[in-house]
Amino acid sequence: MSMLTITFTLLFYVATAVFIIGLALRIRLYAKTPTPLRIPTTPAPITAAGVWRRMFFEVTLFNSLFKSNRWIWIFGWIFHAALLLVLLRHLRYFTDPVWSWVTLLQPLGAYAAFAMIAGLAGLWARRLLVDRVRYISSPSDHLMLALLIAIGLSGLGMKYVAPTDIVAVKAFFLGLMYFDWQPFPPDTILILHLLLVVALMLIFPFSKLLHAPGVFFSPTRNQIDNPREKRHLPTRPAAVKQAS
Amino acid sequence: MADFETPTLKPWPEIPPIEIGVMAHSKPYVAKPELQEKIGFPGELIDNWQQVAIDKMGELVDNSRALRVFLDSCVKCGACTDKCHYYLGTSDPNNMPVARQDLFRSVYRRYYTLAGKYFPGLVGARDLDQDVLDEWYSYFHQCSQCRRCSVYCPYGIDTAEISMAAREIMDTVGVGQKYCNEIIGKAQTIGNNLGLPQPALADTLEGLEEDIEEDTGVTVRLPLDQHGADILLVTPSADFFAEPHVDGLIGYAKVFHQAGLSWTISSYASEAANFGMFIGSYDNMQILAQRIREAALELGVKRIVFGECGHAWRVAYNFLNTLAGPFDFLDPNYPMPQHICEVTYDLLQRNALRMDKSANDDMVLTFHDSCNVARASRMGDFEGGQLVIPRAVIQASCNHFYDMPAHAIGEATFCCGGGGGLLTDDLVELRVKGSLPRMEALKQVVDDHGVTHMAAICAICKSQFSKILPYYGMQMDQIVSVHQLVSNAIQLGGEH
Repeated sequence: MSMLTITFTLLFYVATAVFIIGLALRIRLYAKTPTPLRIPTTPAPITAAGVWRRMFFEVTLFNSLFKSNRWIWIFGWIFHAALLLVLLRHLRYFTDPVWSWVTLLQPLGAYAAFAMIAGLAGLWARRLLVDRVRYISSPSDHLMLALLIAIGLSGLGMKYVAPTDIVAVKAFFLGLMYFDWQPFPPDTILILHLLLVVALMLIFPFSKLLHAPGVFFSPTRNQIDNPREKRHLPTRPAAVKQAS
Repeated sequence: MADFETPTLKPWPEIPPIEIGVMAHSKPYVAKPELQEKIGFPGELIDNWQQVAIDKMGELVDNSRALRVFLDSCVKCGACTDKCHYYLGTSDPNNMPVARQDLFRSVYRRYYTLAGKYFPGLVGARDLDQDVLDEWYSYFHQCSQCRRCSVYCPYGIDTAEISMAAREIMDTVGVGQKYCNEIIGKAQTIGNNLGLPQPALADTLEGLEEDIEEDTGVTVRLPLDQHGADILLVTPSADFFAEPHVDGLIGYAKVFHQAGLSWTISSYASEAANFGMFIGSYDNMQILAQRIREAALELGVKRIVFGECGHAWRVAYNFLNTLAGPFDFLDPNYPMPQHICEVTYDLLQRNALRMDKSANDDMVLTFHDSCNVARASRMGDFEGGQLVIPRAVIQASCNHFYDMPAHAIGEATFCCGGGGGLLTDDLVELRVKGSLPRMEALKQVVDDHGVTHMAAICAICKSQFSKILPYYGMQMDQIVSVHQLVSNAIQLGGEH
């Protein structure tokens, strides 16, 4: 096996482990951290079904953001929806045979890459041009956008500019999954694309990308508005300790 | 007047360009050592304050899912940047909710995240030093914890939670705010924020009974510490003496009288407000909440009803059951607690009150949704009842009512500018500027519909507007209590 193959094989195992374990630990921490008091932002649903509905629209349509700022909503929603399509399209590298619905998605996924980059560019433009958003941006906020755009552009580069050997790519990833390691195709854009993806996976559990699991745990959104009907027990360890 | 300019009211809302540091001078008076120690905090800044503050931050985050998720999740999208009334009124970028959070988040990142420990410059992480503490003291006392930002955040991040935590940390190292901490001390020893002892309270209530009798010819009681009454009324102590609050109290008394309900005020728990929330102190909040439980048990009441007060209703509605419950000794047929507007609304629904709306024909009214009622609690048994029920009570009491524009009412309501423990004269510049968005919305209905008065259901809002309206060329008595309108319209006597 070449150095390149060994490097990428190891990189992907490490990145996947960090991504999955890091995220799982963080989610576990969110779940275990107590909620001392009821704090839903009202008007809030008064039933569990209502909360499910609220969360569903929050996560799929970005309801609050829609109320807040139409530009951020348009750019943000386009980016996230397109990213989802792009990710689904990439499933073809991980299943053999390719699931039929993934095949159907292929043409759509290709357009989605452009939409994704357009959405990111819009968000970045706001970050640079709107004085308020510029003020709150750290270097990492710009770098995150740069990273995502670079992943998108290098991906598009392989589709439209310098096609890579996708059969070999697929063999490599299936090999990773079944512990039957295959050679990594030595292609510059592919190396760049996948190095950036590895970086993203490594950064994910330690960065603001935690908003993805975070939104599901946000007490202002996921609590039922029923404190009079059902006593919220003080789960704050310090308070419980004092009371006893 | 003061050495600042009152903003001019524009015909439509404008988002100002940022002006860095223009409100950095705004700081409330620091609490004296004896005030601090009285409520369980060090008297002044302790020697090893940095380490204690950092440890306290860790403890708070470990004990609050909200804090933990909020500190991790912000992506700096900018959605909240134009939502805070203090930003809109002052242009200081640290009054943008995300920037205010970042004063806290930058320290959290430095000590509690991998990225902040190793790459502080990259992720905007900062050491906790004296400058940061000064910034905290200034800008975490420029947040009224109104939660408007949390409505608009795609992750529901509530800056109020972060402000509360920051104030708790500052108190823990000995830097407290005089106004809040003095009041908490009074409420915990005397029973109310104003420090009115039982005899003064008895005297006041007696005086009000005489006023009502003089006015209407009907004897309406305002009982104090009456054992065996059905209802314990817990109301903000401003209701006992200041205008327009006291007219609201008279309104509650008339409603109880006319409905034939037996009720009492307690001198031991003569305060609905709970400033423990403003300083993020669970322990102080609980001490105040327990007084209400003790009073209810001691007087043997069956129900607890709260008067017109915004954050008090949040603490009562959302927290009281947790802090001081279970309240299984009360009559389970009634919600615990109930808001006075719910009581009046139910009676109106059942046609149990006769109202003469024309009694308020000298006013054209609008309604200011108080932030803690609109965004942090509920009334009635349906979602959004807290927005519907007060309006229904007002409209049952008057003929002329117009709502302010949609961006300034309901869940989008603007804070009065004085909430969250900022209702003090040492912050008057902030209060005047922070009320700008509300004043602009009010101006619009004044111009369009000839509105003359704004009704509110919060003691802080009422006090704030009494003070602020003159700065904007209006009269201090243009703010009225909702139950003041009820008081004017309700027909006493008759069948029951």
